Amino acid sequence: MAVRGKLVLQIAAIGAVCLLLALLGWQLASRQSGQDVAAGVDKGSKPVAPAFTLPSLSGEEKIDLADYRGKAVVLNFWASWCVPCREEAPRLQAAWEKWKDSGVVVLGVDSQDFVGDASGFVKKYGLTYPNVHDGAGSTLGHFGVTGFPETWFVDKDGKLVGERVQGPVSEQQLNDNIELALGQGAQAAGAGDGADSR
Amino acid sequence: MARTPADVLRRALVVLVAALALAPTALASEQSPTLAELENEVNCPTCHTLLALSPAPIAQRMRVFIRERIAAGDTKSEIKAKLVDQFGEGVLAAPPKKGFNLLAWVLPFVGLGIAAAVVGVLAWRWTRSARANRAALPGDPSLNGHRQLDPELERRLDEELARYDG
Repeated sequence: MAVRGKLVLQIAAIGAVCLLLALLGWQLASRQSGQDVAAGVDKGSKPVAPAFTLPSLSGEEKIDLADYRGKAVVLNFWASWCVPCREEAPRLQAAWEKWKDSGVVVLGVDSQDFVGDASGFVKKYGLTYPNVHDGAGSTLGHFGVTGFPETWFVDKDGKLVGERVQGPVSEQQLNDNIELALGQGAQAAGAGDGADSR
Repeated sequence: MARTPADVLRRALVVLVAALALAPTALASEQSPTLAELENEVNCPTCHTLLALSPAPIAQRMRVFIRERIAAGDTKSEIKAKLVDQFGEGVLAAPPKKGFNLLAWVLPFVGLGIAAAVVGVLAWRWTRSARANRAALPGDPSLNGHRQLDPELERRLDEELARYDG
C-alpha cells in the first residue's frame, strides 16, 4: 500500500513537472511564432498573416482579418499616444482614399491604448478607414510587432508580402507595397488610378 | 510542548484582533484609493512592469486617467475594472481571485501544505526509525551506544591489531 502511494505521488509529481514544462514550451513557441512571422516577411517568404478578430473602435462590430480575403490589406499598428503615428495618419487616409476602389483596405489596429483617446485621434485626423481596438496588444506578439507605428501588407490570399515598415510609412512605401499586395494584374490598374498623385 | 486550549484561544484572538485592526485600512483603501496604491497594483501595458516604474507615454496617460477617476469618486475596484476593460486582465499586477486565476492564489498554499506534509511525514519516519534502532541496541555500556560488531569483522580486527602490536 505504501509502495503504491509512493508511486502515485511520484507519477503526480512527474505529471506536474511535465505540465509546467508544456506551459513554458507553449509560451516560448507562441513568442517564437511572432518572431518567425516578422523574419519571414523580412526574408520575403510570404508567411500567412496571423488571424485575429477584434472589436471595431466604435465597438459596434467585430472585424476579422479573414473578412478581407480577396482584397489587399494595409495593416497599420498604431496608438494615439505614439508621436510618429500622427505624422503618418494623413498618408494612410490618403492611401485609403486612393486605393479603396481597387480592392484595397487600410485596417488600423489601435493597440495598448484607451478607446476614447483612439476615437479622438481618428476624429482629429479624419480617418475613415476601419480601425479595431486591441487594448491588451494580443496581436502584437503574433506578428512580432516591436513598436508603433508598424505597417504590414497582406495580399489577396492572406499572405504577408512586401516589407514591414517600422516607423512612419511614406507614400512611396505605401504605393509600392500595395501594388505588390494586389499582384501584377491589379498593379497596372492601381498605378493608373493613382498616377496623378505620384 | 503540547498546546493547551488556552494557547490556541490566545493565538486565535491575536489573529482576530490583527484582522479587525487592518480591516478599516483595507476598506478606506478600497473606498478612497490613492494614485500611489494603484500604481503598484496595475501594470504598464507596453513595458509590462508596474505602472509606478514606467515612464512610457501610455503609463503617463494611465496616471492621468487614474487621477480623474479618483477625483470622480470611483472605488479602487471600479478603477481597476475600467482599466481591465481597456487593456485586458494583463493590466492587473496580480491575477483576480476568481475563475481559473484563482489557481494562482491557491496553488502556492497547496504547494506549501504538501511540502509541509511531506517534511512532517519524513521527519516522523526518521525519528521513529532512530528510536527503533536505539531500542534494538543491547544495553552493554562498553558498546557506547553502537551495535555489536559482526563476529567475522571483529575477528579480522583483532588479527590486525595483534599484528600491529606484535
